[in-house]
Amino acid sequence: MSQSYNRGLIEDFGRWKEFSAGMWAWIFHKFTGWMLIGYLFTHIAVLSTAIGAAAGDPAAIQQETDVYTTTIQGLESLFIIRVLEVGLLAVAVFHILNGLRLLMVDLGVGLSAQDKSFYASLVLTGIITIASVPTFMDGVAI
Amino acid sequence: MAEHYSSFTRGGTGWLLQRITAAFLIVVLAFHFFQLHFVNHAADVTFAGTQARMENVGYFVTMVLFLIAGTFHGVNGVYNALVNQGLEGTQKKVVLAVLSLAGIALIAQGIWVAVAMAGWT
Repeated sequence: MSQSYNRGLIEDFGRWKEFSAGMWAWIFHKFTGWMLIGYLFTHIAVLSTAIGAAAGDPAAIQQETDVYTTTIQGLESLFIIRVLEVGLLAVAVFHILNGLRLLMVDLGVGLSAQDKSFYASLVLTGIITIASVPTFMDGVAI
Repeated sequence: MAEHYSSFTRGGTGWLLQRITAAFLIVVLAFHFFQLHFVNHAADVTFAGTQARMENVGYFVTMVLFLIAGTFHGVNGVYNALVNQGLEGTQKKVVLAVLSLAGIALIAQGIWVAVAMAGWT
């Protein structure tokens, strides 16, 4: 016979000093998830300028003066946007790598190393993010 | 395992779809980042360049599936995180309705954008 009991809120953030690696992985996964869905709504909003560009003057598209091209290139010319893009990359890479870790946990693969795979996700995220900085910051100045 | 820390009830449809979309998103999100930051630099994006990519039916379908999978995964993730925080009763139903509507609106807007990008409007 199975028994159920109320164990209360798992996320009692007041006890953060007692959190294990798995708990931190779970919190980071949620935090990055919130960031990514928030970004997706913003992303589609910005890309919606394509509707105006498609309905506008075809000559503007040829001259690259349509609202879609000027909006994206205008945003990309801002230093802060490039910094935020590097942040987005870090958030996405961590979510992907920790997501792979979660899929393996669900399949029961390497459960005894789940804490080590969290640390590996963090280190790999750091390496990939730093390695991408030159590409992301190309052609922009403060 | 004595305990498992997850925002999801194991074995449910939401749980399974969350994992299926995750596996798809891992591949397509990585492709998307490479395509638009390393192959094509984001600062050099133009409407004409976007159209050249989007009018390819295979790319268009991939991007629309990416949008649907991403929206479902994100909205379902937020919903389950809130339920896990103790959301119940009427509040739970209202949150589900609001998130569902937001998700459907985002997918509809995104498809409209993709069609405009492809030049099919």
